[in-house]
Amino acid sequence: MSEAVITAEAVEKSFGANHVLRGINLSLREGEVTALMGANGAGKSTLVKILSGVHRADGGIIRLGSERFEPGSPSEAMAAGVVTVHQSINDGVVADLDVASNLMLDRLAKHGSGFFVNTRKLRQEAGKVAASIGLEVDMGRMVSRLSLADRQLVAIARAMNHDPKVLILDEPTSSLSAAEAERLFDLIDRLRGQGVCILYISHRMSDIRRIADRIVTMRDGIITGRFERQPLDYEGAVEAMLGHGMTDVDIRAGKAGMPVLELEGLRLRETSSPIDARFCVGEVVAVTGLIGSGKSDLASVLYGLRPPAQGSMTIDGRTYAPRSVPDAKRHGVFLCARDRSTSGVVPDFDISGNITLPFLKNYSSLGFLNRVSQQTRSRGLINDLGIVCQSEQDAIGNLSGGNQQKVMVARWLSEPSRVLVLDEPFQGVDISARRDIGRKIRETSGDRATIVLVAELDEAIEIADRILVMSDHTIVGEHMAGSLDISSILAEVAGRSRPQTTVGEQWQ
Amino acid sequence: MLDLAIRYGFLALLFGLVVFFALAADGFFSPISAIFIFQSVAITGILALGVTCTLVVGGFDLSIGSVATSALMLSAYVMVVWEQNAAVAVAACLVMGAFVGFVNGILIVRMKVPDLLATLGMMFLLVGLQRIPTEGRSIATGMTLPDGTVAEGSFSKGFLFLGRHRFDFFLDNLLPVSVVFLLAIGVLVWVFLELTRHGRLMYAIGSNEKAAALAGINVNRYKVLAYMISGVLASIGGILMAARLGRGDIASGNNLLLDSVAAALIGFAVLGKAKPNAFGTAMGALFVGILLQGLTMMNAPYYTQDFVKGAVLVVALVFTFYLSANRAGENK
Repeated sequence: MSEAVITAEAVEKSFGANHVLRGINLSLREGEVTALMGANGAGKSTLVKILSGVHRADGGIIRLGSERFEPGSPSEAMAAGVVTVHQSINDGVVADLDVASNLMLDRLAKHGSGFFVNTRKLRQEAGKVAASIGLEVDMGRMVSRLSLADRQLVAIARAMNHDPKVLILDEPTSSLSAAEAERLFDLIDRLRGQGVCILYISHRMSDIRRIADRIVTMRDGIITGRFERQPLDYEGAVEAMLGHGMTDVDIRAGKAGMPVLELEGLRLRETSSPIDARFCVGEVVAVTGLIGSGKSDLASVLYGLRPPAQGSMTIDGRTYAPRSVPDAKRHGVFLCARDRSTSGVVPDFDISGNITLPFLKNYSSLGFLNRVSQQTRSRGLINDLGIVCQSEQDAIGNLSGGNQQKVMVARWLSEPSRVLVLDEPFQGVDISARRDIGRKIRETSGDRATIVLVAELDEAIEIADRILVMSDHTIVGEHMAGSLDISSILAEVAGRSRPQTTVGEQWQ
Repeated sequence: MLDLAIRYGFLALLFGLVVFFALAADGFFSPISAIFIFQSVAITGILALGVTCTLVVGGFDLSIGSVATSALMLSAYVMVVWEQNAAVAVAACLVMGAFVGFVNGILIVRMKVPDLLATLGMMFLLVGLQRIPTEGRSIATGMTLPDGTVAEGSFSKGFLFLGRHRFDFFLDNLLPVSVVFLLAIGVLVWVFLELTRHGRLMYAIGSNEKAAALAGINVNRYKVLAYMISGVLASIGGILMAARLGRGDIASGNNLLLDSVAAALIGFAVLGKAKPNAFGTAMGALFVGILLQGLTMMNAPYYTQDFVKGAVLVVALVFTFYLSANRAGENK
């Protein structure tokens, strides 16, 4: 076995009260691709940011070779040989410059690199860099005119300029197609052959199967699993990443009534398999799957943000083809979107304004707002959900994450719906807020179909009467609460494809 | 303490300024002088209220100044060259303002042109357009048109009334029509933004556009509406200006854009709101007016005016952004 290039021992990091990394031990070896897996909030990005010099660790030691490695800035980390290619491709390249200038950018930025740019010489040297990693693009082309995959490869080629010992790739395929990703993997194979130590962060099982020599999983700020023996235990890795420390759940399935929402031959993408499913009144259905498995696409289609590639939907037996969000709302379909800070919270409004935002019509007459009725309604919901605040007129920004999330859920519970879709309603929420939100969702679920999209299996088990598993933009499995077979769920999440069975058969 | 300073600092400053000038400049503290100040800020204030509406939805309208001067030229053209009456002239200007606002809105929401650039382009377009019919000359009764005929029409009495009449208010002939318009429009915009559902939704769009869209708000429609309000208010400003001048003066209104944008931005600082608001905009316009009137009465030379306005704007922006950022920091 080859030498460890970089080792982390007991690395700790907190942001305020939030203990993000709780003692990480990790070592990466020469010529080896280590896949790092972890759900949102597991601490992956924090670890990457420490290794790449964006953050400093609070405790623990990192060694690069035999030296202490404590980069104070990304450029120090780079100079020491730890190079990171970040998730959003456009952070790694300058779109309005040509490929050659991009590849040579760090050299151009250096002091004493001359005042005038010698384009011919620049392209020549850039060509050498590109050739060394087998990148074939026209050096004079604008990066803005390259495909995403080529941009990604340019970003990596630029990183290779620094002769890295360690290359960190943070979800490099998240916006690439399968064919584009394959080119990236070829490059990674070549770099591995050159002895570069690679840390590969991804959620995509197909990537990991293709490229990983070993898998390390993280959960809640600690390493929960190391898988090195061939063949790699992918299902074990998913389990270690998602965990399923059974929480006390008391869900009696089977109170579901008539079907409300039915999907027939619904394709989320041209190439994905069709989905047939029905969601009934009074039941809470969790849809689980890794990031990129199509959960949020499903939410977008249901909420009228975009049409499906194919197929149809009905609500209470009538055709449902929403053209817009207001149209979806008129049909009684509500979406509590994921990532509240960008797509939910209105920072300039108080709690009451945030709760009542989508339904202001109901709180106004002749166009004039009736603040008293807004506030009365909000006070009721604040009590119902146990939102901790001084009053309904508090600024939303002063609430904790969990309470902000409760406000978001309260917003969509404030009016009756036929189908309520909640996308990651427990994101960035502590355990007690999670319980409160889950309980409220179940309590109010009597007159509608409720669909909860969650990546964490725990959360799905805690809330659902029925769990659907998504993978590759289609539904690959269905499980009833009370008779859950965790290992088969995990296998489906990990993408062991299976012919799709018609979902919802039980309710016939 | 900091909180109080941010909230009431600007109003305290305004009050202090009035007291200072009342003591230092003879005749400053009189109804006549007050009305003079109001009149000097009336047109700027009306335009600034329009800009405020676009700022509320997170946009910006640079074309207001040129919409106002276009309305000035248009009303003169309609009455002097086409020999139409005041009502037609006013209607034509309002339609023009609404149309320009509509086009601005479409450029921004449909063509995805960034707001500053779209309205900047519109500004240049209008500045050029208003010169074409008269080959770059001002419009007045008796002028010779490009085709050799003489313009026979004239500004009607009713139209000039808008710019020159003064209502009796405590004193005879005190209150100019333009000031009445400013107050009425100020109240209307304030009511619309603060008390109605539509105003709330517009603030929601400005604060988090994506969240507003996901809440089911028709974001594009409200954005277009904001630019149309801005266009209409700017054309009202232009009408009042034309009525005051009594001719289609090609060189008028150069300062309108900067003054009204300044008033709207100063408005951010009033009551520490740190966001666009109608009351703040009105106070911002008033603040500049008082300052300039006071300085003029103390014999400060006219060419220092722009410098003073700029300085006030910078101070107000510091109030708004630096101090309220600090306050937000303390809360965390």
